[in-house]
Amino acid sequence: MTGGPRRRSPSVAIPAESDVLVLGGGPAGTWAALGAASRGARVTLVDKGYCGTSGSTAAAGNNLWYLPPGGPAREKAVAAREISGGYLTDRRWMFRLLDQTWDAVGQLADWGYPFPTSDDGTQRRASLQGPEYMRLMRRRVRRAGVAVIDQSPALELLVDPDGVVTGAAGLRRQHAGERWEVRAGAVILATGGCAFRSGALGLNVDTGDGALMAAELGADLSGMEFSCQYGIAPAFGAQTKGLMYQFATFTAADGTELACGLRPGGVLEVQRAALYSQVYAQLDLAEPGIRSAMRWSQPNFFLPFDKIGVDPFARRFPIRFVLEGTVRGTGGLRLVDDGCATAVPGLFAAGDAASREPVTGAVSGGGSHNGSWAIASGSWAGAAAARFASTRAGQWRTAPLAHGGGPGLRPRAARGDLRADDVVEAVQDRVLPLRHNRFRTAADLRESLTVLDALWPVVAGGLTAADGDPRSVLRTREATAMLAHARWMYRSALARPETRGMHLRDDSPQTTPAFARRIRVGGLDEVWTALDVAPPALLRTEETEETAVP
Amino acid sequence: MIEVISDSRCVDCGICVDVCPTNVFDLSADGPPVIARQSDCQTCFMCEAYCPTDALFVAPLAGPAPTGSPLADEAALEAQNRFGEYRRWLGWGHGRTPGSRRDQNHVFTARALSPPKRAGR
Ligand SMILES: Cc1cc2nc3c(=O)[nH]c(=O)nc-3n(C[C@H](O)[C@H](O)[C@H](O)COP(=O)(O)OP(=O)(O)OC[C@H]3O[C@@H](n4cnc5c(N)ncnc54)[C@H](O)[C@@H]3O)c2cc1C
Ligand code: SF4
Ligand code: SF4
Repeated sequence: MTGGPRRRSPSVAIPAESDVLVLGGGPAGTWAALGAASRGARVTLVDKGYCGTSGSTAAAGNNLWYLPPGGPAREKAVAAREISGGYLTDRRWMFRLLDQTWDAVGQLADWGYPFPTSDDGTQRRASLQGPEYMRLMRRRVRRAGVAVIDQSPALELLVDPDGVVTGAAGLRRQHAGERWEVRAGAVILATGGCAFRSGALGLNVDTGDGALMAAELGADLSGMEFSCQYGIAPAFGAQTKGLMYQFATFTAADGTELACGLRPGGVLEVQRAALYSQVYAQLDLAEPGIRSAMRWSQPNFFLPFDKIGVDPFARRFPIRFVLEGTVRGTGGLRLVDDGCATAVPGLFAAGDAASREPVTGAVSGGGSHNGSWAIASGSWAGAAAARFASTRAGQWRTAPLAHGGGPGLRPRAARGDLRADDVVEAVQDRVLPLRHNRFRTAADLRESLTVLDALWPVVAGGLTAADGDPRSVLRTREATAMLAHARWMYRSALARPETRGMHLRDDSPQTTPAFARRIRVGGLDEVWTALDVAPPALLRTEETEETAVP
Repeated sequence: MIEVISDSRCVDCGICVDVCPTNVFDLSADGPPVIARQSDCQTCFMCEAYCPTDALFVAPLAGPAPTGSPLADEAALEAQNRFGEYRRWLGWGHGRTPGSRRDQNHVFTARALSPPKRAGR
């Protein structure tokens, strides 16, 4: 139907100034924007893609860590998580997370999220389907008066003469790469995790840009060794939702059964087998009576099978393991207080951009804790950033601002001829394969670091510029962020010479109580690590427990 | 990856250009948007969810469909009623019930936490 009227949604002008600037419009960013706006702040939210479709939650959906107050359920769940999380959690944070999630989900219900209802009329509220949830969040954010700017990735932070973060700058990729700058009283990083452009469901926007910007100003991270979560996907595709594999029988090429269901040890066996040969899955443990409910619960799990004409119940299909990096891992920017401040003044972090160790520990938070964390940390960061901006002396509105960004924006040397995509490929080569990242040894980690460390000066020096193509600036920043993440990740993995949670050291398979500490990491030119001196605040300590080695 | 924009279904509204998280489409001066950067597509199906006329088809493959594949053949897809499939599951579009009302994930998360003892097979 050519010749019809083309109606584009009117392009929103970018405010030059805002009390709070939120980078990223997934659940963490939208809850942050609402948190700040409800405290009277003028808020701007920018997204690389589109607030409502972009990021992990919009594509995948979230089951939440959602438990009623009162009664023993929360106490029990927190105690269980301490053990499974490898004794790196913080009980106070877990309880405040549960409180905040409960209230926020109540709000979603008030706003009309179409929850399912059980026979007795009560709503089941622990699962949020991605497109529905994030479309609603976008509406609420706009209704709250937040300026939402899509297709406008942030590239760097702006700082005042005292080193306080006072805004950010980026580009509008659908406006010929025009640059934008927003001056702000406080900035919240909600840019998601880093999945190394592995292709896992919805994650190619999550390239770790926020942590790069923060590290350029001296922020540190924590838990980066816990960044090796792999999703299961049918070999033909990129659909990495995992829950339905509880009904799977996993087999080797010759049909030998490797595991069934999602027991951690079992999946590990399958991953080991996948090092050497193709492995398969079939959802044959699902009774026919339950299959329709499976489909309605996770329609986009089944959609790829339907489209390609494979019946996953009736026939085994080849699978592959796709890295989800820090998205369903745990590591990220280290938070220094209850308001989700980072180590850099004026800069807050929420969702996957922040370390989730306080609530997930050393195991994946994808599947329940992460979604709740995005809601809660976003809300806290929004409130704290609004407070910070309002108590800040007025000169932030006029102070001269310095640009924080380095590689890709301000090359140090004459540009070389390496392209951003070459860097991404080199990084992927070391971080995506199971043999490097799932099954770790000191020798292999060192070998990876030799390659990755050697790349850094080249990237910092300057990659080749495809002049006139605004996307090349973004590509370069993304490549830089991925390289930085790879180095933080493997340096942290070396600093933990034991096996804990998802971090598996084939050369040190024991769990060592002395390492029931978090590991901090930071730096770009020189990457450093340090064992956190303070033990996590637990109900009980590891010494009194049997150590479970996967 | 995104394979097809149906010329006969598309009303040139530009929504897919706005909502694609990885900026795969470009508007064109006359007619439907173009798939300008297919290699950036992350197979998230979001454009299918938002297209008001079910004019897009995203193949479930992580790479481009091979030449001659029915997954890139508009007539074949039309014959199999493949356009708008995700939207039907989501229950988006006039007069439909949101699919989330039928969400039973609580059953599956509970079952995953305490899996049934394995029956002998
Ligand atoms: C397949 C899968 C299933 C999952 N299932 C669950 C589950 O059931 N339960 C659960 O708790 N968790 C689950 N998770 C994890 C959960 O989805 C994430 O933890 C959650 O989405 C984090 O929210 P976020 O807002 O921090 O990041 P995201 O949702 O990833 O959003 C990040 C946003 O930042 C934007 N952005 C990135 N860079 C920039 C930049 N430079 N400038 C501006 N914007 C930028 C992106 O475009 C995106 O919109 C799952 C993850 C996957 C991959
Ligand atoms: S959203 Fe659908 S109808 Fe609108 S321009 Fe895109 S393909 Fe055409
Ligand atoms: S499937 Fe996702 S990434 Fe691909 S074109 Fe559609 S919206 Fe864009």
